[in-house]
Amino acid sequence: MNIYVCVGSSCHLKGSYDVIQLMKQELAAHHLEDKVNLSAAFCLGKCKDGVSVKINDEIICGVSKDNFNEFFEKHVFSHFS
Amino acid sequence: MIRKFDTKVQHLKYKVLREVARSAFQDDLHHAVYSIPQKIVQGPEATMRCCIYKERAIVGERINIAMGGNAENPNVIEVLDIACDECPVGGYEVSDACRGCIAHRCEDVCKRNAITFDKHQKAHIDKEKCVECGRCAQVCPYTAIRNQKRPCQNACKVKAISMDDNKKALIDNNKCISCGACVYQCPFGAIMDKSQIVDVVNLIKESHDNRDYKLYAVVAPSIASQFSYANLGQIISAIKKLGFYTVIEAALGADMVADSEADELIEKGFLTSSCCPAFVDYIKKQFPAMVEHISHNPSPMTAISRYIKKTDPTSKVVFIGPCTAKKMELKRPEVAPYVDNVITFEELQALIDSRDINLEELPLDSLDNASYFGRIFARSGGLSEAVKEAIKEKGIEDFDLNPIACDGIEACRTALLKASKKVLPNNFIEGMACIGGCIGGAGCLTHGEKNKKEVDDYGKESLEKTIQDAIAPYKN
Repeated sequence: MNIYVCVGSSCHLKGSYDVIQLMKQELAAHHLEDKVNLSAAFCLGKCKDGVSVKINDEIICGVSKDNFNEFFEKHVFSHFS
Repeated sequence: MIRKFDTKVQHLKYKVLREVARSAFQDDLHHAVYSIPQKIVQGPEATMRCCIYKERAIVGERINIAMGGNAENPNVIEVLDIACDECPVGGYEVSDACRGCIAHRCEDVCKRNAITFDKHQKAHIDKEKCVECGRCAQVCPYTAIRNQKRPCQNACKVKAISMDDNKKALIDNNKCISCGACVYQCPFGAIMDKSQIVDVVNLIKESHDNRDYKLYAVVAPSIASQFSYANLGQIISAIKKLGFYTVIEAALGADMVADSEADELIEKGFLTSSCCPAFVDYIKKQFPAMVEHISHNPSPMTAISRYIKKTDPTSKVVFIGPCTAKKMELKRPEVAPYVDNVITFEELQALIDSRDINLEELPLDSLDNASYFGRIFARSGGLSEAVKEAIKEKGIEDFDLNPIACDGIEACRTALLKASKKVLPNNFIEGMACIGGCIGGAGCLTHGEKNKKEVDDYGKESLEKTIQDAIAPYKN
């Protein structure tokens, strides 16, 4: 699985670094580091909708520290369980 | 004009670039060659040269260089023969200010016995004997002895400029490091850096609003000291309005470089930096034995562009910076796959104005990828500070970094000479060909005392406080 977290200027200001840190933690906690390729993307073109994350070909917007766990369960962990 | 550039020469060059870009946007380049000279030199009175016909002919040459210049010349710095005013090149000469005094200090100080006196006791310099040491000029109480040197030769500290049989400036490509100092200093604008502005216009047009491919702009951190009449956020807006998909800081590439340069330095024990392409070129041309000590890191421009192409393989990348030598770096095989074109801040100004974009009316966009340390690469000393920080962040305490920040190519030369004789006490040479670092680059719109402070202030605005914070998302 390829996950791209947008770190364009807009997402950056809205906290994309937090999302990346949480993502790294959760991937490690679930032993998924080898199965997921996590990288940064410079702009996913959805600048107005909060931090954007691209999972394979799907773009999910509005990810934040607060809703991260819900997002992770639904969009990442569900693929492996 | 004053708010945008240092000199009228830059302004003239800019007008040509702007009109060429405008014509390229309108698919009218073939016609431009005839229409632009008339537009820029309206006449009927000549304002720069002997007549408007020569002025127009020179503008024609400028258009040629703005469109890419002579493809047979591998150098990106080129002389416009008809624009060269054949300045005097006498070297040290005695002027009419010589009073014919009886002290004859000039004679006493000359070790070559090159000074003689006529029957009025006025000094003369025997050009056969003179070695241009300049001592006579220093001691003359009337400052009657002057060094008649061409501004281009004076600017060229690597001594790549001589004159041809017709007294026109001639660049020796085997010595030239493409720093652009002569371009900036020639008072007639007779030396220019070849432009890729037409290629960039084509990249913008052919991306079809970033549908066919995404066009990324990578901007050098020295931009913080440029476009002083507008806010940085407005320039970012303008670049996007031109048709770029997004704008990324080259300073993030600098953070990446600082991190890996620290590793490489600790491993090898002695290193020269590889960020400044003119400095790297200088080592290759003048100190071949030192080449093995050049850092194997890519430049910040290349590091960040490589990352962009990795995440978005069909993308196109344009670097926008203060540097003419970056246009040469682009031709290197290890750089060419990642960077599509390079333009300077001068050329960015021309592009923005060719679309009649009013910077001052644009909203503020943000630019935020890099740390303080990546951003201060733009000025002399910044790279050394960043490497020091990177070593600290790695928690390495048993390595003693002793850097020397060489400000300008003459300082680089001194350090390289010492290093090649193994008498340099330092273990890291930061080499910057331009005085002040990149903020002194020939492609800058303006050069001023405040530039360094502006870069430092911009650095302090970074959200990321450390290099590791800035590069964390890009490390796997």
